[in-house]
Amino acid sequence: MPMTMSQKILAAHAGLKEVKAGQLINAELDMVLANDITGPVAIKEFNKAGATAVKDKSKIALVMDHFAPNKDIKSAQQCKLCRDFAAEKEIENFFDVGEMGIEHALLPEKGLVGAGDLVIGADSHTCTYGALGAFSTGVGSTDMAAGMMTGMCWFKVPSAIKFVLHGKPAKNVCGKDLILHIIGMIGVDGALYKSMEFYGDGVKYLSMDDRFTICNMAIEAGAKNGIFPVDALTLEYMNGRFKRRPAIYMADDDAQFDSEYEIDLSTLKPTVSFPHLPENTKTSDQWGDIKIDQVVIGSCTNGRISDMRIAAKVLKGRHVAKGVRTIIIPATNEVYLEAVKEGLVETFIKAGAVVSTPTCGPCLGGHMGILAENERCVSTTNRNFVGRMGHVTSEVYLASPYVAAASAVAGRLATPDEL
Amino acid sequence: MKVEGKVFKFGNDVDTDVIIPARYLNTTSETELASHCMEDIDPDFVKKVKAGDIIVAGDNFGCGSSREHAPIAIKASGVSLVIANSFARIFYRNSINIGLPILECPEAVAEISAGDEVSCDLGEGVIRNLTTGKSYKAEPFPPFIQEIIADGGLMKHITKQNG
Repeated sequence: MPMTMSQKILAAHAGLKEVKAGQLINAELDMVLANDITGPVAIKEFNKAGATAVKDKSKIALVMDHFAPNKDIKSAQQCKLCRDFAAEKEIENFFDVGEMGIEHALLPEKGLVGAGDLVIGADSHTCTYGALGAFSTGVGSTDMAAGMMTGMCWFKVPSAIKFVLHGKPAKNVCGKDLILHIIGMIGVDGALYKSMEFYGDGVKYLSMDDRFTICNMAIEAGAKNGIFPVDALTLEYMNGRFKRRPAIYMADDDAQFDSEYEIDLSTLKPTVSFPHLPENTKTSDQWGDIKIDQVVIGSCTNGRISDMRIAAKVLKGRHVAKGVRTIIIPATNEVYLEAVKEGLVETFIKAGAVVSTPTCGPCLGGHMGILAENERCVSTTNRNFVGRMGHVTSEVYLASPYVAAASAVAGRLATPDEL
Repeated sequence: MKVEGKVFKFGNDVDTDVIIPARYLNTTSETELASHCMEDIDPDFVKKVKAGDIIVAGDNFGCGSSREHAPIAIKASGVSLVIANSFARIFYRNSINIGLPILECPEAVAEISAGDEVSCDLGEGVIRNLTTGKSYKAEPFPPFIQEIIADGGLMKHITKQNG
């Protein structure tokens, strides 16, 4: 039975020679993850089940990133609950303020996830690690609790959609434009329950940060996971970070896919998702005059060093438009420090932006940049649902860091070419 | 198990941000979460909903965030069943794990209107619209899932297995 990349990883972790789409399997996990929102519910379930010890304290990560640094007393209590649990169970990978970052930027950076891994996380954007050639998927808190207890999780083996990428992205176009283009093409449930697997000679033109962005938003097409093949770039990224031995799984030549799309990266244009669904995409020639009140550059989707460099390139020697609150959030302390060393932070501040400590904050309407009624934000985040970043009448436009930074300067939705 | 109640109807792609907005995720209290259920899509939902009521929705119900708080809020608000054309996969898993009954049945979704009185035999997946007199058959859960539900959710299932 020929298998996809995703199926091979699942088979290996279930101790099976082969699996097929639709099959129910029980598989061994390399890492289970939760944050300060999903962690407390998982801990409650863990205790409810009468569990006393975790299966493997080295294979659990708890990251305090959503409402941290704590925005209010309730959030502080939630982090305290996680902190106390981590101390009691001697969880090795507990990340609090000062060492935390946004979970899906942090775990790859710390080398806690890597090629060939099977990862579940109580956060829908756990699919990010597919960029490293891992099978990783979001689950709820109960699954996470079960994962902590048993080190196992049940899966229904997914079928897959194949995306064959050719060519090189044009100037001011990056991984974000590609994934928004794909979601616009197949819809927010276009890959429901399926794997999104990326192949083709165009993959080599996508940086690791691009690949993280692309896999990160696989969930926005309803996918179970997104995954890239491991290449020289992946190995270079993991070198010195990933402590375990990378396992490389390639799809069989005759692997079955539900559908296949060929995409020429050189034809992609700057793409933005208009309110209120990620599938409502429009290319730069279709935007019209959209005046904005806020720009957010950051998140698990686009808060990595490449994103900071892109934003700085656009903002250098320029100033944000009067009335556009521009909030830049490096995703981890390592990204933040690098941005400081490279002078990017100075560029941001001189341009009239603010630079925040790592946090998910505004992406989910938590804190650090909530929108008032009828306000509009261009954001490098991942969701533009009703009320996602604040008031129910506010609007979020999902964009690349090129477009977000250019829009901050223009005061309206814009590309760097328009400045 | 049989459920019966009045129908609240929603469209496609109802996301977990509108089911329970993130601004309320600083708590795990089920009653507090329930008090904000559906607030951003129907501000009066929590005032109108009664124990046993049923949500009927279109495609991709529960898309977006993995927050288990979403099915928890729905269940704690008194809703006994969600019927949809399809569910987003994390919401689907979470519902099973916390014991919120869900069924996929496009035929029922197409014909059931808001305010209809509907009953359902969850074991058989038979949905009856008491207002119109029509019946629909939904696909029952696979045995693997039925076992989890029969044990009262995933944690109890695991506890039982571990003896």
